[in-house]
Amino acid sequence: MKTATIQLETLTCPSCLQKIEGALKKLDGVDQESTKVMFNSGKVRLNFDEDTISIDQIKEAITTVGYEVQKATVR
Amino acid sequence: MQRRILRQKNMITVTSGALITVGFLSLWAWSNVLVFEWALIIASILGVAPIAIQAYQALRVRVVSIDVLVTIAVLGAFLIRNFEESAIVTFLFLFGAFLEQRTLNKTRSAIKELTEMAPESALKQMEDGQFVEVDVEEVDVGDILLVKTGAKVPVDGRVLVGEASINEASITGESIPVAKGEGSPVFAGTILDNGTVQIVADRVGEDTTFGRIIELVEEAQDSKSEAERFIDRFSKYYTPAVLVLSFLVWLFSRHLELAITILVLGCPGALVIGVPVSNVAGIGNGARHGVLLKGSEVIGDFSRVDTMVFDKTGTLTVGNPSVAEKAYYGANHEQALAYLASVERESDHPLAKAVLEEIGDTEAYVVENTEVVKGGGIVATVDSHRVAVGNAALMERESVALSAEARADLARFEKNGNSLVLSAVDGELKIMMGVRDPIRPGVKEHLRRLRKLGVKNLVVLSGDNQGTVDVVSRELGLTEAYGHMLPEDKAAYIRRLIEEEGRIVAFVGDGVNDSPSLALAQIGIAMGGGTDVAIETSDVVLINSDFSRLPHALGLTKATARNMRQNILIAVGVVAVLLVSLIFSDWMNMSIGMLVHEGSILAVILNGMRLLRYKLPE
Repeated sequence: MKTATIQLETLTCPSCLQKIEGALKKLDGVDQESTKVMFNSGKVRLNFDEDTISIDQIKEAITTVGYEVQKATVR
Repeated sequence: MQRRILRQKNMITVTSGALITVGFLSLWAWSNVLVFEWALIIASILGVAPIAIQAYQALRVRVVSIDVLVTIAVLGAFLIRNFEESAIVTFLFLFGAFLEQRTLNKTRSAIKELTEMAPESALKQMEDGQFVEVDVEEVDVGDILLVKTGAKVPVDGRVLVGEASINEASITGESIPVAKGEGSPVFAGTILDNGTVQIVADRVGEDTTFGRIIELVEEAQDSKSEAERFIDRFSKYYTPAVLVLSFLVWLFSRHLELAITILVLGCPGALVIGVPVSNVAGIGNGARHGVLLKGSEVIGDFSRVDTMVFDKTGTLTVGNPSVAEKAYYGANHEQALAYLASVERESDHPLAKAVLEEIGDTEAYVVENTEVVKGGGIVATVDSHRVAVGNAALMERESVALSAEARADLARFEKNGNSLVLSAVDGELKIMMGVRDPIRPGVKEHLRRLRKLGVKNLVVLSGDNQGTVDVVSRELGLTEAYGHMLPEDKAAYIRRLIEEEGRIVAFVGDGVNDSPSLALAQIGIAMGGGTDVAIETSDVVLINSDFSRLPHALGLTKATARNMRQNILIAVGVVAVLLVSLIFSDWMNMSIGMLVHEGSILAVILNGMRLLRYKLPE
């Protein structure tokens, strides 16, 4: 399990949270419990299994629902 | 294609605004209906494109977002050929979103400033001994780094070689530079004023003190209170409910215009954003003023506090006690002083430091079988004598008999506000020292302000003797004062205040031995010089152990709580007024509804921004 911190563009509507959360929770290999989308700081924190899914796939899922990913760090 | 449209959102907004202007001009100036209609049709199609894309993306993850409501409403308006409404509604929605993004960035600016102080690069020593600039994320524990004048210290570590003066304002809030030499600890995010040092990294990235503070602030601004979670749940069902309602209205009345107007009026604009906005602005103001508020729950509780309980040492007093009075008993007290000093060297208790400063250099003995008696002192074997150093309770435990003279001294020392350090050798009292800790400058004035802000009870709890505590309490005009308190006694006292008397209690302490009380009180306030325990266990951290921030913190949470209530009122009021006017008036339509909605969203954001400038009135 790795922890990713993903910086997004400024989020303006709280329904953005539902959208991003919804998109991430559909992904295989992402720990649903750990997924946290933070409205004010515009960040996503989540744990994922690097054997099942790559950080690029996670970033792709966020871009697909229409949000720009500025930076992603994996630890 | 989708992404390109979304990226051009601002351009689309401007174009659609211009088209609407052209349309209306040609209608009024030249009565040209054809240009008017086509301008508005193009504006509608342009404007609805980004909204529809967002709506589609939301529906794909099964979320009925505001975009969905607006898209359906605009399509409906198009169907009944009301291009005026469809154009204006899309334009207002996009323009509102643009303004919201700009103003929201403002409310978040205070915290952003803080995160931008994070170091980004470091000069790291490579295998060949050269220093190369690398990204701060590539620094590992144990790496050797070079920090030059004007640069930020990239990680927490120790100075290996060199000397420097470092401005630690980002951690301690104190802007006077601190001198650092070999072995001194340095902290990430502080700025090297003068000099050059090589440091070895002890903690990197999010583990550094600075990283921890940022993480806490970031989590704080997004932590949710009970009320906010309710609003979240509510809005999850609210938007679909509006959709269903509008469908039902259309089904029964066959009045499409009314149905789509309900869609727009029902948008939950200001309600979902009002509370987070106050929250983030309040926390941002605190972060700028050395007050770390951990989330909106804390703001709610703290704003209603009626009892504040203080630890004495280091909180109300300077925390740097010195020996004010002393007495010797029996013969051979030189020897006893040397024993006392040897025992105290083992201890990091603040009283021990004062005693050592008083005694100065003595012969050093090996100290064995050290036993620390909680809330009492230390018992140890020195030079094959049993030496007990501590308070009167410890003497009793050790069955040390006190002479009439000693008892008189004890009473006098206590009455003068001293903490007692008694030393007994082989069960016989040898030395009594009275150590006093001066009150922090300005504390009296800060307490007066707290009282003015509505704190009814000010209580001091201390492990010191009652006399010391009474002296402090009298001087500061506290409501209650209790001495002889062990950490668990303090916790029990606080539990009783909360459970039996129903008070809302804030505990102010230094965070290390007070952690049970900090955790128990509704609001734990740590006077943290950046220590880990203080930052972790408390709800509020006064970053520079600065007591003067306390009234500001309380005033700020009260203002923030008030601001949240105002925003909820604005939001609920607007929806109520809109719905009532829809039923009882004939002037309500989609465009006005959207205008009022966007206006109310801006109103709550601007209201929240007032908190950024909050200052405690004199």
